[in-house]
Amino acid sequence: MSGTIWKYGDDVNTDVIFAGKYTYQPMEPKEMAEHAMEDLDPEFAGKVASGDFVVAGLNFGCGSSREQAATCLKAAGVKAVIARSFSRIFFRNAINLGLPVIELKEGIDEMKAGDPLDIDFTKGIVHHAGRELAFPALPPEVLAILEAGGLIPFTRKRLGVD
Amino acid sequence: MGMTFAQKVLAAKAGLESVEVSQIVELEPDFCLSHDNTAAIAKTFKKIGVDRVKNPERFVIVLDHTVPAAQEKYAINHKEIREFVEAQGIKNFFDMGVGICHQVLTEKGFALPGKLILGSDSHTTTYGALGAFAAGVGRSEMAVLYATSKIWLKTPASFQLIVNGTLQPGVTAKDLILRIIGDIGADGALYKSVEFSGEAISAMDISSRMVLANMAVEMGAKNGYIAADEKTFAYVKDRAVVDFDPVYPDLDADYEEVMEWDASELTPQVAKPHTVDNVVSVEELAGMAIHQCLLGTCTNGRLEDLREAAAILEGRKVHPKTRLLILPASQEILMQAMEDGTMQKLVGAGGVLLNPGCGPCLGAHQGVLAPGEKCLSTANRNFQGRMGSRDAEIYLASAATVAASAVEGVVTDPRRFLK
Repeated sequence: MSGTIWKYGDDVNTDVIFAGKYTYQPMEPKEMAEHAMEDLDPEFAGKVASGDFVVAGLNFGCGSSREQAATCLKAAGVKAVIARSFSRIFFRNAINLGLPVIELKEGIDEMKAGDPLDIDFTKGIVHHAGRELAFPALPPEVLAILEAGGLIPFTRKRLGVD
Repeated sequence: MGMTFAQKVLAAKAGLESVEVSQIVELEPDFCLSHDNTAAIAKTFKKIGVDRVKNPERFVIVLDHTVPAAQEKYAINHKEIREFVEAQGIKNFFDMGVGICHQVLTEKGFALPGKLILGSDSHTTTYGALGAFAAGVGRSEMAVLYATSKIWLKTPASFQLIVNGTLQPGVTAKDLILRIIGDIGADGALYKSVEFSGEAISAMDISSRMVLANMAVEMGAKNGYIAADEKTFAYVKDRAVVDFDPVYPDLDADYEEVMEWDASELTPQVAKPHTVDNVVSVEELAGMAIHQCLLGTCTNGRLEDLREAAAILEGRKVHPKTRLLILPASQEILMQAMEDGTMQKLVGAGGVLLNPGCGPCLGAHQGVLAPGEKCLSTANRNFQGRMGSRDAEIYLASAATVAASAVEGVVTDPRRFLK
C-alpha cells in the first residue's frame, strides 16, 4: 500500500487527535474523521487522502484512553501510523480497531510531510526515498487480532459467533 | 532472581508460578471501570454477539465526565448508560454526583491491595496508591471484558523510584510528581511499571499517594505502585467490598532502572504548556497573570487539597482579575468539606463551587477557556486545547500554589502564605 506522509513531532496526545469536547457525544466514525487532528493540524481532516500515513516521533497517542483517537484516523483513511514509539493505550486501541501501528527506531527524521511512502506488511518493510526500513513483527497474540481486522471480529471468531 | 510487583500480580492472576518481562498473559481482572464512555462500549458489546455481561459484579460504572448533562447529546449518552446498567443487572453503578470515578472506586472499597483493576480511562493508574495493579485500557477491550471477563496483558519491565527526605512546608506530592515527570520526561517510563518507595512516600497519607499513582501515566507508565502499609489498611478497613491479599515485590526483584530523589530539596513546581514534562519552579513563573484557577479533579480534589487551599484563602479574597473554580473529587469529600468549614472558607473567598465530576479538566463541561487565557490548574494534563480554546494555556501546580495564585491573580509561591 502506498500513500503520502503527514508528519508530526513528539508527544502527540489523544486530546489534539480527538478533542475532549466530542469524546462523550455519540458519533459515527465518519463524523469523528471530520474532527481528526483538529487541535494539532486544522488542515488535516479536510486534506488527508485515503491511503495516507501519519508519521511522528516519540510517545505518539499519549494521554487519554479515548479510542476515537484511533477510530478517527482510520475513518479518515489513514492506512498506518508510524512512530518512534507509541503510548501503550493508543497502541492497543489501534490494534483493536485494525489500524496498523509501526514502531521505527530509525529513518523517521528523513521522512518529510508529503513524501510518498509504501509499506510491505508481509515482509515487514517500509519503503521511503529509496530506503528499506525493516520493522519488527508484532507478537503472535497481537498480530492475530490485527489480522482478524480488530478485537471485535477476533472475539466473535473466538467465541464461535461467526 | 525475584519478581517485581507487576510480575507477581500478573503471574498470580494468570495462574502461573512466574512470568518474565514482555511475556503476554491472558487473565481476568478483579474489577473493571468505565464511565460516561459506557454507552459507546455497550454499542461495541452488542456487536460481539453476546447477550449478557459475564460476571456483572466485577464491573463498576460511574457517571462523572459530563455531569449533569450540559447538552442533549450528553443527556442521551447518560440515558443509554442507565438503560444498559439496568438491563444487564450491573449493581455497582454510581450515577452523577457521587464523584469522579477514581475517587469513587477508592472510597467505595474496590481499589484494594493486590487486586488487578482495569479501566477505560487512562488515570485508572490511581489505585496503585493502595497497592493495586491498575491500568487504563480502551473501549473495545472493555466491551470484550463485558463479554468474556478476559484480556491479554504484556508484563512490563519495572522502574524503582525512591524518594527519601522530607517534603518541606508548602511543598506537596504534586510538586514531587511534577518534578519527577520533568526529570524523566513524558515518555520516560513508557510501558513501565513504576514502583514508588522511600521515606517521603511512607510519610505520605493516602490522598498524597493517589496524586503520584494518578500521574504515573503522565510519564508513560502502565501502572504506578505504592506498597500497602498500615495507612492503607486503615483506609480500606471499613470500605473493602471483598477480601484482599497484599502483593509486595521481592527484595531481589530485577528493576530496569532505579532512580532517587531527595524530597527535602524540593520547591513548589509548575508544568508549563503544552506537555506535562515542561516543568519549572514556581519561582521562575512568579508574577505571570492567571485568568482562571482550577482547584480539584481526580488529581487534587480531595479533602487534604481543599484544606490546604482553604488555609491560604481563609480571610482573603480571590483576586478580581482571576476566577477560582472548586471541583471536589466526590460527594463524600464535599460533605466533609462542608462539615468542617473548609468549603465555607473557599466559597467565602469567592470560589465557585462545581458539582463533583471531571468537566473542566477535559474541556467537556463547564469552566472552559477563551483564546489567550491562562489557567493554573491542579489537574494532571496541560495539553493544547484540552480546556477549550487551542489558543489558551494550561499550567499545572499543587492546590497550595493554585490557592496562593488565586489570591494574587498571578503565579505565586504558596510558601509566602505560611504562618
